[in-house]
Amino acid sequence: QLTRKNYLVKNLKRFRKQLEREAGKLEARKCDFFPKTFEMPLEYHLFVEEFRKNPGITWIMKPVGRSQGKGIFLFRKLKDIIDWKKDGVHTDDQKDETQVEVYVAQQYIENPYLIGGRKFDLRVYVLVTSYVPLKAWLYRDGFARFSNTRFTLNSIDDHYVHLTNVAVQKTAPDYDPEKGCKWMIQQLRQYLTAKHGAELVEVLFADMDNIFIKSLQSVQKVIISDKHCFELYGYDILIDQNLKPWLLEVNASPSLAASSQEDYELKCHLLKDTLHIVDMEGRLTGKEKRVGGFDLIWNDGPVSREGNLDTPLNESFRANTHLGCYNDRKKQLKQLFRSLHA
Amino acid sequence: VSLHKPEIKLESLKEDIKDFLKTSGWEKKLQNAVYSELNVFPSPCHPAAPPEHMKEPLAYMRKAQGSWEKRILKSLNSMCTELGVPLAQKRPVSEQKELLNKWNEMGTDEPDLSLFRPVYAPKDFLEVLMNLRNPNYENGEQPSFRNHLGLIQVPLKVKDIPELKEDFSELDLNTGQLGIDDSAQVPPEFFENEHVRIGQKVLAEQDSAAAQQYVRQGCPTALRADLWALILNISNQPEDILYYEQLKSNVIQHDLLVDSLIYKDVKLTASNDDYYFVFEDYLYQVLLCFSRDTSVLEHFTYSSATPPKSYIRGKLGIEDYAVFYPPNGVIPFHGFSMYVAPLCFLYHEPSKLYQIFREMYVRFFFRLHSISSHPSGIVSLCLLFETLLQTHLPQLFYHLREIGAQPLRISFKWMVRAFSGYLATDQLLLLWDRILGYNSLEILAVLAAAVFAFRAVNLMEVTSLAAAEAVLADLSTLKVMPLLQIFLFATVT
Repeated sequence: QLTRKNYLVKNLKRFRKQLEREAGKLEARKCDFFPKTFEMPLEYHLFVEEFRKNPGITWIMKPVGRSQGKGIFLFRKLKDIIDWKKDGVHTDDQKDETQVEVYVAQQYIENPYLIGGRKFDLRVYVLVTSYVPLKAWLYRDGFARFSNTRFTLNSIDDHYVHLTNVAVQKTAPDYDPEKGCKWMIQQLRQYLTAKHGAELVEVLFADMDNIFIKSLQSVQKVIISDKHCFELYGYDILIDQNLKPWLLEVNASPSLAASSQEDYELKCHLLKDTLHIVDMEGRLTGKEKRVGGFDLIWNDGPVSREGNLDTPLNESFRANTHLGCYNDRKKQLKQLFRSLHA
Repeated sequence: VSLHKPEIKLESLKEDIKDFLKTSGWEKKLQNAVYSELNVFPSPCHPAAPPEHMKEPLAYMRKAQGSWEKRILKSLNSMCTELGVPLAQKRPVSEQKELLNKWNEMGTDEPDLSLFRPVYAPKDFLEVLMNLRNPNYENGEQPSFRNHLGLIQVPLKVKDIPELKEDFSELDLNTGQLGIDDSAQVPPEFFENEHVRIGQKVLAEQDSAAAQQYVRQGCPTALRADLWALILNISNQPEDILYYEQLKSNVIQHDLLVDSLIYKDVKLTASNDDYYFVFEDYLYQVLLCFSRDTSVLEHFTYSSATPPKSYIRGKLGIEDYAVFYPPNGVIPFHGFSMYVAPLCFLYHEPSKLYQIFREMYVRFFFRLHSISSHPSGIVSLCLLFETLLQTHLPQLFYHLREIGAQPLRISFKWMVRAFSGYLATDQLLLLWDRILGYNSLEILAVLAAAVFAFRAVNLMEVTSLAAAEAVLADLSTLKVMPLLQIFLFATVT
């Protein structure tokens, strides 16, 4: 419901309407982090309407069920997709029946934030241990994936420029496997702070927290919730030149293959901490706000940095999120388990 | 401009001008400019001293630097002849157009550089330094424990820990530091908040001297770019931007052999770095212009080095046809681009990035690859490193020497690069804060010794140079400020 692109759109649209009804337009605008998306072929006519309203902008077509950047292309003219529609039946490779594959057409972010002339997106990990009530954890580490080539809108056909998935980058002609083309989010946060100052960067990261929470809230009611289930999501976020974060997609089985030593360690630690939280040995009390590299960001309501879970929040609390901050997980785990033992 | 008023009286003109300079901020700018000159230029020598003495007072050092330069130039010229590539040539118009179009993405170019080799690498330079001898010094003693056991065998004066403690007094245990007292466990009210507030005040006052004092305790990330620019007295005026654009057009019009060396260096070092690869294009934009910048020649008055001279084709030996090659007199070596890479984290506007780098080069970096007796020169840094290690970790030093792993062989490359590419970027920037704050490179030698001290237990167990290198291969997890603080202020001597 969250991870197939068309369902995500549906759920977000519905949630936004609900928010607008319940809390007003201002609150609903907080959901405007998802680029305009239309399911194809179902919403073809709605899409054409929107397309005609904004001539000249670029759109991206993505198959909902596939991953690793397969089947994705960019277009600017309706002619491009009319040709593509005619181009034979597009089948879902995994199914045997010749079923028309579902795609989404999404507005392409034309002004991505560039570093060194390169486009990048962020991969952030969110662990949900319960949907109703919603309990979500945010991992402090994550990474920024860079495109190997310089960004330009002139080369729509150049997959390698626009798609920052490591899977696609791996097949680009000048890909050097030693390079990795990733930055840890800590580096990115430092870079942005040096360039824009701490306040703007705080706002950017707070907006990202908003994305995680709202997207999860939008599917709260439709996901089959089970106390004994957990879900680790990989969120893909794109930052534009105005320092606004956009949600590209949510991955249910984020790639755990490692492209470098640093990457390997991140993913190992991520898994270890996930298992700590899932807590099959029943060591935790359930009142923890931090376990290893995970910070509890939502516990049926916002979580504050100060105080413990039971204290009521005051007006100006600081959210318990530390994305891109120092991750001294080993130390924290040691202290945590020592205090639980006692 | 505001002096064209009828209120201006001739009697009080002197005072009025002084006031005007103060209120318009020009007094501060003048002060900053003077302060900058004081930092960069050596104190005036004896009037009878010849100009070489300002470059380097010791004759044997001058001689050694001269022979080293001859070697480098010979290597460059022979590469030039071998490859049949001229040292400099004008680009055909079509190529100029192409380069101009690609200016912001020169990294996408993949010229065939396989035949080019770096002119020299740090280890070649170390061999030269190891062979330095003062011909006037004869101590006649057999080598023993009391002699210097390291690779550098020249009797330069270097500081000991009590002197370093005094010089670096702001790094002591009782003074707040960024890199220590801003860690996650320390509440920001203790130090960080106040330090940031003071930093903002220093920037508002635009006072170079105050900024230099301030950064000794580290720069807050958001203020660092402005603070460094203030200390280096870089304001990116229209003239400066114009100058940079002029250099850029020089790059477009002429192709230099060193350009290929720069390309190769960037591709071999910065492009392969996990964090700096992103800034590849900026590095070309800075280094290609740097090679053509004749204003850099000014620093040779106080550097022991002399720019290599080359002659227009066919006019060998005729002084009228002598030109400095490259135009800025600096021949890049393997790893040179790493001096620029960390600055890309702070400055994004090419002309400003360029000026900051140029100023850092003519103040500090040039000392890391020229032979001189200056306390911040690489020779003194090596000697300082070895002396600190031998004095305070004699067992470790002796052990490493016995297994053929002279410590300087490992730490040399760190110091030559000012640790760029070896430390994590945030740690490197904290280190460079102190280089600017203390206007000295000695901290590099102290850090190198502190790293050995930190890993001493593991190093005592190794039995070969390769194993020692392996223990010290990865410095990316080190926190520099605690290491420095412990080594200087918390080690029992």
